[in-house]
Amino acid sequence: MDQIGSNKPEKKDRRDFLKFLLSLGLTGFGVATIYPVISFLKPPKQAEVEVNSVVAGKLDDIKTGESKIIRFGNKPVIIIHTEDDKFRALSATCTHLDCTVQYKKDEKIIWCACHNGKYDLYGKNISGPPPRPLDKFKVVIKNDELIVSKEA
Amino acid sequence: MKNQTKKFYDWVDSRVQLGDLVAFMSKKYVPVHSRSIWYYFGGVSLFFFIIQVVTGILLLFYYKGSSDLAYESIRFIMSKVQFGWLIRSMHSWSANLFILSVFIHMFSVYFEKSYRKPREMTWISGMFMFVLALAFGFSGYLLPWNELAYFATKVGTDIVGAVPVVGEPLKYFLRGGDDVTGATLSRFFGFHVALFPGIFTFLLMLHLLLVQRQGMSEPMHLKIIAKAEKKTMPFFPNFMLRDLLLWLIVLNVLAILAVFFPAELGLKADPLASAPAGIQPEWYFLFMFQTLKFLPAHVWFIEGEVLGILLFGLAGLLWLLVPVWDRKSSRGQQNRWINYIGIFSVLFIIILTIIGWVLK
Repeated sequence: MDQIGSNKPEKKDRRDFLKFLLSLGLTGFGVATIYPVISFLKPPKQAEVEVNSVVAGKLDDIKTGESKIIRFGNKPVIIIHTEDDKFRALSATCTHLDCTVQYKKDEKIIWCACHNGKYDLYGKNISGPPPRPLDKFKVVIKNDELIVSKEA
Repeated sequence: MKNQTKKFYDWVDSRVQLGDLVAFMSKKYVPVHSRSIWYYFGGVSLFFFIIQVVTGILLLFYYKGSSDLAYESIRFIMSKVQFGWLIRSMHSWSANLFILSVFIHMFSVYFEKSYRKPREMTWISGMFMFVLALAFGFSGYLLPWNELAYFATKVGTDIVGAVPVVGEPLKYFLRGGDDVTGATLSRFFGFHVALFPGIFTFLLMLHLLLVQRQGMSEPMHLKIIAKAEKKTMPFFPNFMLRDLLLWLIVLNVLAILAVFFPAELGLKADPLASAPAGIQPEWYFLFMFQTLKFLPAHVWFIEGEVLGILLFGLAGLLWLLVPVWDRKSSRGQQNRWINYIGIFSVLFIIILTIIGWVLK
């Protein structure tokens, strides 16, 4: 290190200023490199079509005591034709960890195979780890067709 | 011929001084004692990694990483490509045995306290590789795009989402969107064949360099024996030949497993299908999966899942940092607590894995 130079205050100031400029430049360079990379990794939001109702099929597609999973937007919805001849539609996504549930005919419950979560036919969580009931959907029969729509 | 080889050696030696390296290799000794067997598991893990790289590259020649083609391309590999079934089965079996071997290697190092000063960096680089090995397993599991993989990935990434603060953005990043879709497959494919191997290779080089530089760790009870009375074995060629013989045996075991128990493919993933009964994660995640299953939905004011994840995270962090908080071993003193914690961890993992297996 230059002994004489470092004793002069104005030279030290100049060095500090240069250091500041350099580190500012380096930081800028770093940000300019990393920012596009991080932005690139973030998946773009796909324009989702807002779905309010879906034609789930003909009335006799689902026999009494049977169930069917349909696509509602990009989520699965389960339709159950109950023994007392009613149709129920519920979100098929388990509220626990995102698995897809199924209708268990023999026990008359909705069951998730992943962690043994159980719901009654109204979507209420009755046993196992699910923390919330399944979301409900409305089923309307129009001209022999099942129409599933969001609960108002 | 021999003359030619000598000539070539001299040609290289005069440029990069191989003599130093040969001298270093010939002076390297491996301690011989009742627990020497554990020294071999690092090498076995390395061998499985090499097999994964080779079979993985071969699979890449036919695999197609998109949700429309992935399942079909693996079916093509299994049924049409010559020896395709063998290469894929070896990749799948070797993955499992790799993780098993890494588990054994890690616990043997832990119980011998070989992580103690001066080998802290070797332990930490090894632990990062352990986490990467699990990440390799998790990402590779999705690539066939079958039913089991689809739901395992849904559950696994949803668990990530339960981590406070960073969970949700991380889950979105991993899935490449809100749900597990073709976008997730593309990402996992990238992680599995490019990002992870790159990082892993770097860590592996560091790990091996440290092992070569520092030599093998000796069990603590050998410290009292005078240096002249210690039994050793030259690394080259004695130890290396034993290593190679073991690798040969391991390769045979692997081939037998791959031939008689080939990897399955199952059904293609269908976002509208229900999760199949008896669904389970890979065996090395089973103990965590089973623990989460046992936790009640709510403990005090936090969700059981979140509590489980936080506890596993904390335990992992303590495990990673054991060379830092176990000062006693570094000073050369006995630390019984390390053994108790180790035995507890091994029993915990084994028992919960068995329960998970039985309760299927």
